[in-house]
Amino acid sequence: MNKVIKTIEEAIADINDGAVIGIGGFFAAGVPRTLIQGLIKKGTKDLTICCGSGPLLGAYRELDELVKQKQIRKLIDSYGLFRSATKGSQNPFEQQVRSGEIEFEVYPMGTLAEKYRAAGAGIPAFFTPVGSGSLVEETILTNIGKNRTKKETRTINGQTCILEYALKLDYAFIHAYMGDEEGNLKYRKTARNFNHVMATAASTTIAEVEDLVLPGDIDPDTVHTPGIYVQRVVNVPRICFDITNL
Amino acid sequence: MKKFEGLPREIIALRISKEIEDNSYVNLGIGIPTLVSNWLEGRDVHLQSEIGMLKTGSIAEGDDVDQDLINASCQAVTEIPGSSYFDICESFAMIRGGHVDITVMGAFQVNEEGDFASWMNPSRGLDGVGNVGGSMDLAVGAKKLFIAMEHVTNKGEPKLVSKLTYPATAKKKVQKIFTDLAVIEVTPKGLVLREIYPGLTPEDIQSVTEPELIIAPDLKDIEL
Repeated sequence: MNKVIKTIEEAIADINDGAVIGIGGFFAAGVPRTLIQGLIKKGTKDLTICCGSGPLLGAYRELDELVKQKQIRKLIDSYGLFRSATKGSQNPFEQQVRSGEIEFEVYPMGTLAEKYRAAGAGIPAFFTPVGSGSLVEETILTNIGKNRTKKETRTINGQTCILEYALKLDYAFIHAYMGDEEGNLKYRKTARNFNHVMATAASTTIAEVEDLVLPGDIDPDTVHTPGIYVQRVVNVPRICFDITNL
Repeated sequence: MKKFEGLPREIIALRISKEIEDNSYVNLGIGIPTLVSNWLEGRDVHLQSEIGMLKTGSIAEGDDVDQDLINASCQAVTEIPGSSYFDICESFAMIRGGHVDITVMGAFQVNEEGDFASWMNPSRGLDGVGNVGGSMDLAVGAKKLFIAMEHVTNKGEPKLVSKLTYPATAKKKVQKIFTDLAVIEVTPKGLVLREIYPGLTPEDIQSVTEPELIIAPDLKDIEL
């Protein structure tokens, strides 16, 4: 089963306007930048981009391009705004959130991780105490007032718990340090973060890998993401990041 | 609005480090909490970073910087003997599941019930959204939750308030508050002033604190 696609263009060719795309990575670590650059080149519009913890603050140049080309309709994240309010106010993404051109939906990080996990694991929804006593308990957190849907809650063992739904993705873009032709993946250090769970949550997972190897080259005991979750593998060069820009 | 000279941020972090027992697993948030790690070197304390790492080493410099090795504040860090990596779901299972002994976070405001606000500054003008990050997960799962912050805002307004005017991160979770001026414990009876910046009086602290403080019978100078 050879899942290798030669170019980024081919790997993302079937992504249409309106797609729901998950992007792995946590700030600067493990962000599938080459795939995002492909999406910019392709110009696909009306996208719902689902993140975990600010991969587009890490890939800020790519975010600027996506925003400039008005490709994003909605962004879901736990930490998607620049830490500095001053920097943020000049940031094109934040400006489009302010104007309502882009919808920005926010969840606690662990809840978001679990929403992807649930989607990948066949659990339609789950109850969590995280966010009880905060605005998260009341409605979906979004800049678009009319989309602040009420949340369901239930008291479990005396604790208020919030019903959160699985978040299913059409595509997941993920980055791995090493991958074989059959889609078995290995990540490096803290670059693992959201990449594995994103792979499980998508109908089509596209993995960019720095080191493309043959089946058998990765010790089966050390595979982080088994190939069943990965549909396409593309070999990409290692891109050096500026990790100090947040 | 009053403003007193107090401990620098690094020294607030030093005071917090003394509150952390050996053999504990600790998560440090962004800001003053991150500085606590500078005072933990040589101690048997394991730092959990929500990005997916246990036993996070010190800040990396020069050739040690690796873009695949950062903490949850996006600082390059190092690996040490006994470090481990895991994915985000595992990381938050540890956090929510109550396996982390101590969590230290910054805050905009704390009240006497132990409610705190840290994720959204309404003055930023972004209605309904902000950077929640892992703060709510950490607050729910923490066995002990400490807040590290300046006692008052830049404008001199109290951050220990009667009623939160910023949106809450979690309710009834904070156990102790470490500021540049005082160490304050949240108790069922109210906020207890335990330690104080040398030279200040309880009345001074009360003048920059909204809820009424209970003065500990054994009130002492901040212990460093």
